[in-house]
Amino acid sequence: MTDVQNLEERFQAKIDAEQKIEPKDWMPEKYRKTLIRQISQHAHSEVVGMLPEGNWITRAPNLRRKAILLAKVQDEAGHGLYLYSACETLGVSREQTIDDLLSGKAKYSSIFNYPTLTWADIGAIGWLVDGAAIMNQVMLCRTSYGPYARAMVRICKEESFHQRQGYEIMAVLAKGTPEQKEMAQDALNRWWWPSLMMFGPTDANSPHSAESMKWKIKRQSNDELRQTFIDRTVQQAEVIGLTIPDPKLKWNEATQHYEWGEIDWTEFNNVVAGNGPCNKERLAARNKAHAEGAWVREAALAHAAKKAKKEKVAA
Amino acid sequence: MSDNPNNWPLWEIFIQSKRGLEHKHVGSLHAADAQMAIENARDVYTRRQEGQSIWVVPAGAISSSQPDDAAMLFDPADDKTYRHPTFYTMPEGAKYI
Ligand SMILES: [Fe+2]
Ligand SMILES: [Fe+2]
Repeated sequence: MTDVQNLEERFQAKIDAEQKIEPKDWMPEKYRKTLIRQISQHAHSEVVGMLPEGNWITRAPNLRRKAILLAKVQDEAGHGLYLYSACETLGVSREQTIDDLLSGKAKYSSIFNYPTLTWADIGAIGWLVDGAAIMNQVMLCRTSYGPYARAMVRICKEESFHQRQGYEIMAVLAKGTPEQKEMAQDALNRWWWPSLMMFGPTDANSPHSAESMKWKIKRQSNDELRQTFIDRTVQQAEVIGLTIPDPKLKWNEATQHYEWGEIDWTEFNNVVAGNGPCNKERLAARNKAHAEGAWVREAALAHAAKKAKKEKVAA
Repeated sequence: MSDNPNNWPLWEIFIQSKRGLEHKHVGSLHAADAQMAIENARDVYTRRQEGQSIWVVPAGAISSSQPDDAAMLFDPADDKTYRHPTFYTMPEGAKYI
């Protein structure tokens, strides 16, 4: 047996025994690469995800909603940081990770390439987009890489308010004037299918899933998570009197799950490929913010160096 | 991790959640100096009153044991069960011991 084979077997034995992998442990190169890709994509999604919501901070309908939305967006910045920090433990520099986002090389969740047209979209995002993200993130609290799992535990603690504030917005609108209810329904209509796409391709079309499951990076399949999300969300829509935009939606007594229609995978692939409604706008916004912050980063370093020098002289 | 001197250095962050408890590692962040690391750690790691004291340590200043050496490093404690109170047989009926 070669050394690498031996190491790989010991690595898998640790995973099978539900032991976490920590940064200094030996790991297969492919495990490291997969994690770097997944964690950085996840981090980028948190950061880019601030843009569609940030669009409504100044236009929130009242002070309560504005304070809540600000807090939520600030949380997302924090989530980005926790994840970048976990990613860095895998030996890739923060600078490289950020550069990959800015150059368009790295991906982020396609959902953030859709526009937020009305205030109800902020409700739909919290309820559906954060709701879908939570399904995935709860699973990832048990992922095999220690720093990633710990970041997820922290994130999950903060996420549940995100979903609740969104659902509350939808509930209030749905109980409001006919125009307000219509606005809520329209937001649900536009965000429903993209939210289902957030879980990724069907199991039959996700070639890397088996390896991620074996390594316990993922603990549940895309289709399983998607089904649970649908089962939970349909009930929530009923409670507030909104209709899920899927004529094929039907409760199946035998399976105790909803049957539902077909995701438009052409649209999904298009948005992933960069042709969604807001792909260019999002990347441009990130690049602008990064470029305009350059002098601040430089000035802070210069200030730190000057202060250190002064302290040395004083000592 | 990056050697580029134009990047802010990495700091490991430790938070004490309550007086009397230990400072616990919570993650890391980049900052120009210790003061900024403390202020950013406040914003990132204590948004919900999770802390009342913060330590920041330059990541490069931390030395750690190697996982591969763990068996050897911790071996001395393996065969000393008499260090635990459950090792001892107490006479029947003895109280408060
Ligand atoms: Fe988040
Ligand atoms: Fe969130």
